[in-house]
Amino acid sequence: MKRAAILLFFVGPLFWQLLTSLWPEAELTSALPHSLTMANYAGLGVPFARAVANSFLVAAATTVLCLAAGASAAFAIAKLEFRGRSLLLGGALAISMFPPIATVSPLYLGLRAIGLRDTLAGLVLPYAAFALPLTLWLLTSFFREVPDEIFNAALVDGCTPWQVFLRVYLPLSWPALATCAILVFIFCWNELLFALSFISTPERRTVPAAIALFAGEHVEPWGQIAAASVVAIVPLAALTFAFQKRIVAGLTAGAVKG
Amino acid sequence: MIERRHAAWMAAPSVAILAGVAIVPVFAAIWLSLHRSIVIFHDQRFVGLANFRFLLSDGRFWSALGTTIHFTVVAVAAEIALGLAVALVLRRGGGLLRAAVILPWAIPTAVSARMWAWLFNADYGLLHRLAPAVDWLGSPATALYAAILVDVWKTTPFVALILLAGLSSIPESVYEAALVDGASAPRTFFGITLPLLKPALLVALLFRSLDAFRVFDAIYVLTEGGPANSTETLSIYAYKTLMRSGDFGYGSTLSVATFACALVIGLSFVRWLGRER
Repeated sequence: MKRAAILLFFVGPLFWQLLTSLWPEAELTSALPHSLTMANYAGLGVPFARAVANSFLVAAATTVLCLAAGASAAFAIAKLEFRGRSLLLGGALAISMFPPIATVSPLYLGLRAIGLRDTLAGLVLPYAAFALPLTLWLLTSFFREVPDEIFNAALVDGCTPWQVFLRVYLPLSWPALATCAILVFIFCWNELLFALSFISTPERRTVPAAIALFAGEHVEPWGQIAAASVVAIVPLAALTFAFQKRIVAGLTAGAVKG
Repeated sequence: MIERRHAAWMAAPSVAILAGVAIVPVFAAIWLSLHRSIVIFHDQRFVGLANFRFLLSDGRFWSALGTTIHFTVVAVAAEIALGLAVALVLRRGGGLLRAAVILPWAIPTAVSARMWAWLFNADYGLLHRLAPAVDWLGSPATALYAAILVDVWKTTPFVALILLAGLSSIPESVYEAALVDGASAPRTFFGITLPLLKPALLVALLFRSLDAFRVFDAIYVLTEGGPANSTETLSIYAYKTLMRSGDFGYGSTLSVATFACALVIGLSFVRWLGRER
């Protein structure tokens, strides 16, 4: 009974959206559809496909940048002695709690000044800044759990810290990197505020912006919006089901250990 | 010494990104907030604290602050209560149910808000058909609660997962001992589960409060702050001032005020968490 109620609340609305996407536009006024159609999906066409491609590009680029910059920094924080490492970790945590609106106006002017306003590339840097804290925390806690003996043995063998990182730790850490990549990708796929503020050309909109601004000529095209939602949800649902354990572990790792 | 130099190079890209795209912009926003600046006219001049003086007498700002607090308090309270209930059910197993529950968390807020907007729709929405008397998004009395419902739907899974992790760190032997002592179910819950779950509860409370306080996506998509500004939160008001009116001076002032409020909330939580340890 409790389980059914939970399922109804969390999955019921998604089911209704799926049904709406298959519902013929002309029959939306009736209680239930008499027939099902793919017309709403077909009607999405090139503009929405472009939004999906845009989102994918931005999310992929940000994920690569975050992991490339974050992994070495997390390794340094976890294994090397240097001043300011707890400041770096604490600062990252603080940044992850910034309201993004606080940086919109300077980032807008900054991106405009370097010619990246209204480009997909211009979204990557702000996204990276807000996804890096998560990357740093996850990877640092992963690297800390690898015993120091491995690090010291490699140093004795004459490796530099860079070599230890690249040849020993990086190959070991692919599960943590994968978890991180999934979470960063989801974060970028979902972001709306920066995408609305910095992108003005409709052809360059990401999926959340395209769906937020989806409008018909006369009436709200609910069927098409539902179809677009389903298209936006499917990759995420697949990721979530495939990597459920990893996502849960990544989300709760920092939280419970504090 | 060598180690330190290596460390600096390893950390440099991350430090540069965090500093350049997050820290510097916050200070730049403070600088902008001291100016009169209409972005399309390229007109910018220093006005000192004039924007902040205006802020203090701006009724729309105080109303947005009140709406934001209202939203945060009700949404977070509901999410913690419901998240705890869901976590207690999930603890009894059920991998498929867990996967189903995570789904709303993974879906873009803009998408889930549009989905709920259709459910709330005042002509043919499912919720409207079930209860025709309620005009969810059209009435100032219910619109904020509609937004809260969307937030609860989306983020309760996150709370449940954190609490579930907290629950699984409570050793089974504690419950066995309680059972042997003949403790009733409510007594076990209030005497054992809740106190031992406190650290996880506080963490969930901290993350959710700061996240709810910056709410933007759900409200932008559902109502854009309407009807009659009844759902206009600080982020929405600041966004409109910046991007619709192009007023980067006062818009930045609103952004800085939002940031300051979040900072106060964050620091109070950190002090509270510190005392609890």
